[in-house]
Amino acid sequence: MTAMTILVSRDGDAGILHIAGDITSASEPEIMKAYTQASDGGATAIVLDFSRLEYMNSGGIGLLVTLLVRCQRAGQRLLATGVSDHYRQILTLTRLDEAIEIHDDEASAMAAVTARLTGSPS
Amino acid sequence: MTSLAPDDPGTRSDANWAKPVDRLSAAGVAGAKDDAVSGKRVAGPLQGFGQLWQKTFRAPLVGVDLTPEALIAIWKEAFPTFWPKGQRFYAPLSGIAPGEVALLEIAPVPGAPVKLSTGVMVLYADDESFTFMTPEGHTLSAWITFSAYRDGGVTIIQAQALERPSDPFDELAYMLGGSRMNNTFWKQTLENLARHVGVTEPVVETQSVCIDRNRQWRFVRNLRYSATVRSARRTMTAPVRKLTGKG
Repeated sequence: MTAMTILVSRDGDAGILHIAGDITSASEPEIMKAYTQASDGGATAIVLDFSRLEYMNSGGIGLLVTLLVRCQRAGQRLLATGVSDHYRQILTLTRLDEAIEIHDDEASAMAAVTARLTGSPS
Repeated sequence: MTSLAPDDPGTRSDANWAKPVDRLSAAGVAGAKDDAVSGKRVAGPLQGFGQLWQKTFRAPLVGVDLTPEALIAIWKEAFPTFWPKGQRFYAPLSGIAPGEVALLEIAPVPGAPVKLSTGVMVLYADDESFTFMTPEGHTLSAWITFSAYRDGGVTIIQAQALERPSDPFDELAYMLGGSRMNNTFWKQTLENLARHVGVTEPVVETQSVCIDRNRQWRFVRNLRYSATVRSARRTMTAPVRKLTGKG
């Protein structure tokens, strides 16, 4: 097992969670704490950077649903970047990709956030 | 930066997850009709209509000297035997493994003439947990994870569901007692497993949390997949089908 770490950053109106290590159900307090931190100051979008994700079990996927609900309540979009082919398949299988916008990299995600804010096509 | 030690995710392998599938097939499962499941897509908590609930059922196995891995092996192996009486789980031939589909026949209320035919797909399975996901038409759009872990020297068994009633009819039934029956179902299941491994008086702790009070009206048309409606229609038309030889 690998300890999970989350680095929170901000880019314009988006709060970004850079997640490294394993996500399991035990990750909930830290992910929610990081989400709160990322939302400070009125972020309109939350970006999950999975480029350093090592493993996620079904408890971790369940956490994404909880996080998604919190984002929806706050009127925020939830995006994901750095998703490996395997976890992209899992997000599709679980139909989370119907609500979480998946982008190849952070630049693409940020372009989508900006495009929505300015009304231009992404 | 924040950090923590995660719970042990068991054997860390991509193979713990089901392979992507567009439509389910339960053709190889013996004992029950598969038409409520085969050809359907899976539907998780995001695709349901009703309020989103997280339910946790937990039982400490005090005095039982079994590791979480041993417990999960027993649970997977004999899963149907721990279900309450009158409810049937038709396990896949190859057992509870990622991507396998099981069929279910559930009495909506004890002694009901209508049995609800539905199923689940094994979304995830490792040495310490396994997760089911429901198909379209199931009364709940849900994931449920069965797990075991150590806490203070005691092995704990747990079932945790993330569920939304699938359509408006299911939501109403859930509010009018379906949720309570569901709680009883999983409580009894954990009690049966605990007794099986030697706990004489099992105690199951139940926790229900409403994660999202909003109803998802864009999924109101889930009614068209309803296994409840399909099962009721099948039961009511059974005499006619028998008479006409189409049963």
